[in-house]
Amino acid sequence: MIRFDEVQKRYPGGHEALKGVTFAIDKGELVFLTGHSGAGKSTLLKLIALIERVSHGQVVVDGENLTRMRRARVPYLRRRLGIIFQDHHLLYDRTVFDNVALPLVISGVPHVEIGRRVRAALDKVGLLGKERLYPITLSGGEQQRVGIARAVVHKPVLLIADEPTGNLDPDLAREIMQLFLLFNQVGVTVLIATHALDLVRALGERVLHLEHGRLDELRVGGR
Amino acid sequence: MSRSTRHPVPPRRPATAKRLRRLGAWPDPRVYLLRHAEVLLSSLGRLWRNPVASLMTVAVIGIALALPTGLHLLLENARLLSGGWDGSTQVSLFLRREVPEAESQRLAQALGERPEIAESTLIPRAEALEEFRALSGFGGALDALQENPLPDVIVVRPAPGHAAPEEVEALVTELRVTPGVEHARLDMQWVKRLYALMEIVRRGVEVVAVLLGLAVLLVVGNTIRLDIQNRRREIEVAKLIGATDAFIRRPFLYSGAWYGLFGGVAAWLLVSMALWATGGPVQQLALLYQSQFRLVAADAPTVLALLVGGALLGLLGSWLAVGRHLRAIEPS
Repeated sequence: MIRFDEVQKRYPGGHEALKGVTFAIDKGELVFLTGHSGAGKSTLLKLIALIERVSHGQVVVDGENLTRMRRARVPYLRRRLGIIFQDHHLLYDRTVFDNVALPLVISGVPHVEIGRRVRAALDKVGLLGKERLYPITLSGGEQQRVGIARAVVHKPVLLIADEPTGNLDPDLAREIMQLFLLFNQVGVTVLIATHALDLVRALGERVLHLEHGRLDELRVGGR
Repeated sequence: MSRSTRHPVPPRRPATAKRLRRLGAWPDPRVYLLRHAEVLLSSLGRLWRNPVASLMTVAVIGIALALPTGLHLLLENARLLSGGWDGSTQVSLFLRREVPEAESQRLAQALGERPEIAESTLIPRAEALEEFRALSGFGGALDALQENPLPDVIVVRPAPGHAAPEEVEALVTELRVTPGVEHARLDMQWVKRLYALMEIVRRGVEVVAVLLGLAVLLVVGNTIRLDIQNRRREIEVAKLIGATDAFIRRPFLYSGAWYGLFGGVAAWLLVSMALWATGGPVQQLALLYQSQFRLVAADAPTVLALLVGGALLGLLGSWLAVGRHLRAIEPS
């Protein structure tokens, strides 16, 4: 599903965020990406969503080589991904329903189907009764769950999350992680960048560890 | 246990992905049209929710469009007026002296029925002689003549819609070879001068129209630029979850078209109000000249051109702004 080949990312100004990173994630895997802040976790996720482009090396996502992908093709790649951000990236002048419906509207899904699928997604994250509310009236954990519903409503093949539990207390964080496990169980490939190491250890899934732009360790935890 | 068997991939997943891909690249045309209609209405709703800002933009566009439209109408009225002036373009047909008066009468009547001729009056030779005797002061000299030396004369006035110099000239050429006509005379010099003058004014109006059209482009472009900046976050999020440039561009383009269209409506209202305000005094002036002249309002094609032109200018203006500013916004 994801393959990095000797990937190097250098930002304008000379900062080298990734130095020769190589790994592969199979279809249906759930993988954690850990490391200190500034270790290159966000950069790695941005390369997958083509928010940034590699300086050297190759990135292949869902069978497509991103290195040579034309700008006009990028939206169609992103439609196959579900992206979850630490700060939710919700639109505060729209209701929960409209926020979650946005990926479907963008893909041109018919009206009737949008209502059905948005409610299904909200049901999965436990927010079914709140579709008419505005995100600002929800708690931090609920807002994050709206973000997750939006990321899965169009049934992506790959879910990537950048510090999804960063601002949440441990109980809420565990709840959110359980959601990701749930999506993974129905076949979605999941890649989560986080520094909640204890939580990761408790789950015992595969872990990629970034240290100063290098993929130092590759630990496969057993349950 | 190996990774690949722990979470078996459900067989339907790739099919869904493929279907979504297809949906994204080639959406169902009905859905596509519906989306356009929705965006059309939602961009209207967006203008509606910011009434003060929208009205100000529309007013500026309206004034910019009203000026050339008003000048155009002024010219149109001047053209009608010059065509309608008594004796403005008047052709005198001097008939052969052997033509009997009854024949002259018939010819005058036949000419009067032609669509390009507004009026055709016969001045019989006897009447002309009387008039000449009364006005010229050569009464004594005339008495010395054996017979009336004057021919019958038909005075022809072209219809208002056919008063352009070329048309009148063509008419004269034709009348010159009409049986019974000895000579046709037309004094067009001042009409030609008037038309030349109006042509200059027309060019001036065109220049003003082009300049103000550019102003409309800039006004709409600037409004849309601000709109894009205000919705920067929304654009970033939409791009992140796979919106194409066309999808993001659409609401701004429709907003621009709405601005232009409403600007056109405002211009129409402004011009109508100006006409209404000047109509009374113009009529009074016309009455002093014993004329039935009245100001004509913008006709349907002019109004249509104004509205469509306004909408197109708005669309173009927002297109320019969107092209310049949308690409710069990328999620980071």
